[in-house]
Amino acid sequence: MNKRSSWALPYFIFLVLFVVLPLLLIVMYALQDGSGRFTLDNVAKFFTDKDSLSTFALSIEVAIENTLLCILIGYPAAFILADNKLNRSAVTVVLFILPMWINALMRTLATAELFNMAGIPLGKGTLLFGMCYDYLPFMIYPIYNQLKKMDKSFAEAAQDLGATPRQVFRKVTLPLSMPGVWSGVMMVFMPTVSTFAISEFLTNNKIKLFGTIIQENINNSMWNYGAALSLIMLIIIGLTTALQGGEQTEEVSGGLI
Amino acid sequence: MDGKKIMAKAYLWLLLVVLYAPIAFIVVFSFTEAKSLGNWTGFSTQLYKNLFTGSMQNSSGLLAAVNNTLIIALVASIFATVLGTIAAIGIFHLRGRKKQTMTFLNNIPMINPDIITGVSLFLLFVFLGISQGYVTVILAHITFCTPYVVLNVMPKLRQLNPNIYEAALDLGATPAQALRKVLVPALRPGMISGFILSFTMSLDDFAVTFFTRGTIGLDTLSTYIYADARKGGLTPELKPLMSIIFLVILVVLLVINVRQSKTSDNQR
Repeated sequence: MNKRSSWALPYFIFLVLFVVLPLLLIVMYALQDGSGRFTLDNVAKFFTDKDSLSTFALSIEVAIENTLLCILIGYPAAFILADNKLNRSAVTVVLFILPMWINALMRTLATAELFNMAGIPLGKGTLLFGMCYDYLPFMIYPIYNQLKKMDKSFAEAAQDLGATPRQVFRKVTLPLSMPGVWSGVMMVFMPTVSTFAISEFLTNNKIKLFGTIIQENINNSMWNYGAALSLIMLIIIGLTTALQGGEQTEEVSGGLI
Repeated sequence: MDGKKIMAKAYLWLLLVVLYAPIAFIVVFSFTEAKSLGNWTGFSTQLYKNLFTGSMQNSSGLLAAVNNTLIIALVASIFATVLGTIAAIGIFHLRGRKKQTMTFLNNIPMINPDIITGVSLFLLFVFLGISQGYVTVILAHITFCTPYVVLNVMPKLRQLNPNIYEAALDLGATPAQALRKVLVPALRPGMISGFILSFTMSLDDFAVTFFTRGTIGLDTLSTYIYADARKGGLTPELKPLMSIIFLVILVVLLVINVRQSKTSDNQR
């Protein structure tokens, strides 16, 4: 029994080498100057540089708007898909998940071209629409999954005890589906902040998001500043994950039983 | 009740139309010869012919990119499936803090956005002085694929009777034989879904490849499209190529799902 637990060892070594060490290197490069001396200049540069700060603020703004938009459009869709009375076809579900499997760059390019053909100027509006289009399946799928595995007898019990359909939804279905919404938020929010090619295509390079300035710095050999920007993003990921932590453990232990 | 159902259906179909409009747009315009998307110059299958005979401008670039994409996806997902399956068996038998640590570490690549995975691995290869190319891209892809294999194999381990591995050993099998003849057949469905997921994620990846491919001119389909679009002129043959990829994925996904719902119907 105990011997098989040692089978985790190769993967442990792999994870340390290719996940833990690289993340530590982001911290290390972020806190060094070009010649390898310790400095806080890179981090300070971010907080004093107007361009970086405004790009960062815009990225967060776009990401929040996109996430809300995806919930607003995606939740009803997931709800309908998961409801046996409203939808019985597995093919419809596949059709909603399918775009997740198609190269995002191709889909985004096609969206941008569609805007061009319709004569809609590329800008913030097209950026939001395109982002929502790209990430909607990632919101629908986890919510759908959560609703699907939910114990229907809770909602039925509430109904039997005299709750109106609206009350059943607000007090039973919605709270029970929150873990799915949270996974959806995780799959939409951070990727929106960090995306680079998608925002470039959708705005014809007019609007830069945070991912683009990280990429520009790394590609122009400004590794230390690029690492500092990545570090700031890592901190945000850590915070959002910690916020979500309680929900996640529940979900994992729920799956274990 | 009926009105509600019609509203619900209408909502779903409206969303689907919007979701598929750009894809349909590509497919339609793959059947005309015009250089730019959205420009219809009459029905033609010339672009498909060009694609299959390789007679187009810069054909070597696009074909090499397709080749690289497939090879990287295949190699990375095979390694990820082997590594992830062995790891899942190990993690399943771990207890307490060690198990928590492994589960936590396994979650990191799934939570990290692509750009963080890409930048961090780029810094690793720079730090270790490894020149970047094929090998580094494949290593990077294994890194973000393996957690999904672990996640897919784990439920199959929970369903497995914990005694059959010991039974095989008691009956004289070596651990390698017990793995091959007892564990692997039982875990196969999880391994296959992990492999398929890895393969498609590798095909889809752009950001991680972008940062770990180095400067030797290695292109996958994603980086090729990115460079092409930045230059301004998209290779017209990309349209039929995208249409074919879309069709293949559609068929594969539908087949998998129809089969799954059939087997679950039989179990009921």
